[in-house]
Amino acid sequence: MSLALVLEQLLNGVQFGLMLFLMSAGLTLVFGVMGLINLAHGSLYMIGAFCCAAFAAMTGNFWLGLVAGIAAAAAAGAIIEVTVIRRLYARDHLDQVLATFALILILSEGVRLIFGPFPLYLNVPDVLRGTVDLGVTRYSLYRLALIGFGIAVAVGLWLLIAKTRLGIQIRAGESDREMIAALGVNIRWLYTVVFALGAALAGMAGALVGAIQSVQVGMGEPVLILAFVVIVIGGIGSIKGAMVGALLVGVIDTMGRFLLPRAFATFMEPSQAMGVGAALASMLIYLLMALVLILRPKGLFPAHG
Amino acid sequence: MTGKLKAGLAALALTTGMAQADSVTVGMITTLSGGGAGLGIDVRDGFNLALEHAGEHNIRLVVEDDAQRPELAVQIAERMIQSERADILTGIIWSNLAMAVVPSTVAQDIFYISPNAGPSALAGANCHPNYFNAAWQNDMLHEAAGQHANELGYENTFIMAPNYPAGTDALNGFKRYYEGELAGELFTQVGQTDYAAEIAQIRASGADSVFIFLPGGMGISFMRQYEGSDVGLPIVSAGFSFDQDVLPAMGSAALGVINTSQWSPDLDNDANARFVADFQEAYDRLPSLYASQGYDTANLILSALEAADVSDMDAFRDALHAADFASVRGDFEFAANHHPIQTVYVREVVEADGVLTNRIIGTAFERHQDVHGENCPM
Repeated sequence: MSLALVLEQLLNGVQFGLMLFLMSAGLTLVFGVMGLINLAHGSLYMIGAFCCAAFAAMTGNFWLGLVAGIAAAAAAGAIIEVTVIRRLYARDHLDQVLATFALILILSEGVRLIFGPFPLYLNVPDVLRGTVDLGVTRYSLYRLALIGFGIAVAVGLWLLIAKTRLGIQIRAGESDREMIAALGVNIRWLYTVVFALGAALAGMAGALVGAIQSVQVGMGEPVLILAFVVIVIGGIGSIKGAMVGALLVGVIDTMGRFLLPRAFATFMEPSQAMGVGAALASMLIYLLMALVLILRPKGLFPAHG
Repeated sequence: MTGKLKAGLAALALTTGMAQADSVTVGMITTLSGGGAGLGIDVRDGFNLALEHAGEHNIRLVVEDDAQRPELAVQIAERMIQSERADILTGIIWSNLAMAVVPSTVAQDIFYISPNAGPSALAGANCHPNYFNAAWQNDMLHEAAGQHANELGYENTFIMAPNYPAGTDALNGFKRYYEGELAGELFTQVGQTDYAAEIAQIRASGADSVFIFLPGGMGISFMRQYEGSDVGLPIVSAGFSFDQDVLPAMGSAALGVINTSQWSPDLDNDANARFVADFQEAYDRLPSLYASQGYDTANLILSALEAADVSDMDAFRDALHAADFASVRGDFEFAANHHPIQTVYVREVVEADGVLTNRIIGTAFERHQDVHGENCPM
């Protein structure tokens, strides 16, 4: 096991974590500000990827596709908020889960109706193809770009929330919804904007990841489950928590898949060790979540004290 | 008046009675939604095309989506047997779903004809007189890939498959014939989308080639990321990961990959030429090997129904075993364990008329039979 391999796996973990952050940031924002559990967040990820793939195929330009994917996800988010989600804020979480689960089914079937059941083709842009030499190892340029992109978005999001008027309203909305409505902030408009922002982040993650994965119906749900793990670990409603949680989940999942089978192989027959190691590695992040819930039931960075 | 009415009613009863006696219900449980939907849709469309080609037939086909979930597949199977009164079940794509559904189905005196999944347990110790597999035993194409890896001179192959029954069968099948060393062996998760961790290990392993079994979307994700990693080792695989359902989405990454299959669109026989041409016309896309298996499954059932009544189970079973139909893969016969004995070809992914597809470049095995049959008491 060489240093190069460990370094490459660490980079993989960080890249995976940053993409998870894009997903979880929207999820945790929506929960923090509106108190809403949105299971359909994965569908917005899927919409972003499909629109990006379709638009990139039409124009031959990945970047136009990316913009289209983000815009489509944001638009879908805004429409969903106005037509469905708005009616759910006053209801309890079970009703929200039920309604947003229905949205998953509707959106998945809708995407299948429009784009068909077979996966779409979306490739990385030409400038980001190939690998770069990092001295000890070669690393995929596109994944490196994803890391840069993820960090840039995280910084941008932090600036938005810490430095702008919208950010102040979002933070105020997180601490006391009634009070900011009483102060004259248009709370309906704020909710739609926050929901669309979360949707845009999910759509962006979908489009970016879609270029190296399969753009297919149902691609959002596995990521959604991980995103929930991330925000439970990080503390529901906290952007900082989502960042730390996403990086933890990304690195632990990647390193676990890489190291556990090797660890078992030291005292077991190789093919058996592979099976046991792979099975245990897929449980690792849930064990982490359980541990965090035992030690800090509100997550690592609880949003409300 | 009452006499007429009575006669009318009697005639009506007779016709409905006849319709019931004559019509055979085939329940198809397959994956029509989620990441594996392409496979199930191809099986269904292939099956329907065969029914269309047959012209007049007495099959009533009931199709339901299992969403690739075992518990759902079990419920659908129960419903099809209890309320639809299905005589024959078919359609399951995934081996873990087949293991959940098939044993209890065949135990209830219902025939199950598999158009895809062929887990080793059902070919060996758990084989059953009412279970037939019209596609292959899972190991078969992977054994061919192992055999062909020897011929290509690979001596240090890295092998990888998802952690479920068909994945285990794949690696075992490959290792059964492959004579070189293993540079590494990995199980991934079913439905995994990111293979960065695995690709890094391939790069560090010093392998001279890579064998993968990653059907559906998993293969697309892997190939895209593999191409982007510049590892560049040659890939040898079974046809599942490189067929018409995924090739358009994989793009140039798949070009030139060597894979093994019992079928190919350019296979030269009359049944296949008609199948490929008519499938393209009917559905506006090239058929995949899954579609060919759906087509063969339907033709197998049709041929058996012509020879025997499904209610006479022994006669119908013999008629199925005779496999008296023109398979699109050419020669086809059943071994004692109700799994095919067939030729497995070596194919290469090529670009023809702007579309990625497969061309046969050789033969891995003639009249190949799976090894699990010896554990089967039949």
